[in-house]
Amino acid sequence: MADQILICRCEDITKERLLEVIAEGYETIDEIKRATRAGMGPCQGRTCRQLIAQELSKIYGVPMEEVLMPTFRAPVKPISMGTLADAHKKGGE
Amino acid sequence: MKKAYDIIIVGGGIVGCSIAFEMAKRGHSNILLIERGYLSGGATGRCGAGIRQQWGSVLNATLAVESTHIFENLEEYTGYKGNCGLNQAGYLLIACTEKEWDQFQKNLEVQHQLGVDSYPVDLEKDVYKYVPFINTDGIYGATFCQKDGHADPFHCTFAYAYGARQLGVDILTYTEVLSLKAEGGKIKGVSTTKGDFEAPMVINCANAWAPGLAAQVGDEIPVFPERHQALVTEPVAPMGPNGPMPMVMSFHRKFYVQQSPHGSFIMGIAETEPVSFNIRSSWQFLEECCGVICDTLPALRGLRVVRQWAGLYDMSPDRNPIIEFSKNAEGLITICGFSGHGFMVAPRTAILVAKHLCNEQDDLDIKRFSADRYRTGELLLEPSVV
Repeated sequence: MADQILICRCEDITKERLLEVIAEGYETIDEIKRATRAGMGPCQGRTCRQLIAQELSKIYGVPMEEVLMPTFRAPVKPISMGTLADAHKKGGE
Repeated sequence: MKKAYDIIIVGGGIVGCSIAFEMAKRGHSNILLIERGYLSGGATGRCGAGIRQQWGSVLNATLAVESTHIFENLEEYTGYKGNCGLNQAGYLLIACTEKEWDQFQKNLEVQHQLGVDSYPVDLEKDVYKYVPFINTDGIYGATFCQKDGHADPFHCTFAYAYGARQLGVDILTYTEVLSLKAEGGKIKGVSTTKGDFEAPMVINCANAWAPGLAAQVGDEIPVFPERHQALVTEPVAPMGPNGPMPMVMSFHRKFYVQQSPHGSFIMGIAETEPVSFNIRSSWQFLEECCGVICDTLPALRGLRVVRQWAGLYDMSPDRNPIIEFSKNAEGLITICGFSGHGFMVAPRTAILVAKHLCNEQDDLDIKRFSADRYRTGELLLEPSVV
């Protein structure tokens, strides 16, 4: 039951799935993100990357601060394409 | 870990991983593949995830068609348990000038020679059957091919890597190749951040970094890095007629956009870029990309952008790959210069390389890909690239 805990709420990735891909040999948050989509949703990993880091820290016996973090990418909070498109038009006038 | 192999492959993108798999499949699995970061972490994982067969040259169309056949069964082909994300929702290519439209007619002839089911689409009514909300202002014509579409660059790379590992290939990630070792005109191996490894053959698949490695033995590979940016939106319900929205692409307006099977929209534009290894994202790209694409597809205005990134195209002078057998260090092969379409042609390119190395017959002539073509003038010209 504990393994059904959601690690990534945006992409519905459970702890069970996380442990599964770690067992398959994915060693870093970057790899796990690409294998499962954890961290690719609207919140961009704000919740799950710390939880994944904790698991990796435990499993590989490395301190949390040494777990490799993925790149934090803009725009940080979702922005509509329309807002961005209008900014482009304004810039062109 | 072993210190000597028959073959060392540098680069864990789809090119390196697919060559490792194709060689292992032919019984040559004493291979070490070395990747600086994680598999697919370079150009492959940063690409637009499109696969298309609507090319204008016989060579590119052949590579793409035969690669697509492999993408159609990649999981089974490699034994991979994951999902490679293939979705053949099609590509709608739009022409914005009479000249471009004339070129499309020639492209269709090339495609039809190779059995590609591509065709012109009537702009008055039929176009909406493919992309229901397209703004056709300024569009001169369009062609469509249902078998074009999307594949997941991460999982396709992982699939090849999985298949290669199952056959005995060793893969070393987070390990950087620092230098090539050559002696008496022959390649001997590589030095890496995790020690030295020996092999009488090194296949250099390091994309934009490949020329720098090749230069260590005196090979001049005229390939240059160029930043290309992309963005992705939140996932939404399918916006195409029978599922995700097909790829819509314009060479004239320099954009591409398609809905992935997951529901998100992946898109990019071609910007004027200097030669540089810069892969930082810019806010100018966010605004311009959304501006250009919302003109043609205003219905996308409500979608929210969740992430942007950038990667490198490995640009060659004729925007087609180079497969160079070193004259300075026998046994070194450099494969790069895919110029932005490496992902979609990698499966067939890997077969081309593996067949050559295993002395198997091939309909394609690998010599045509040599950088010698820039001296002889026998360029591999392609009229339809972004």
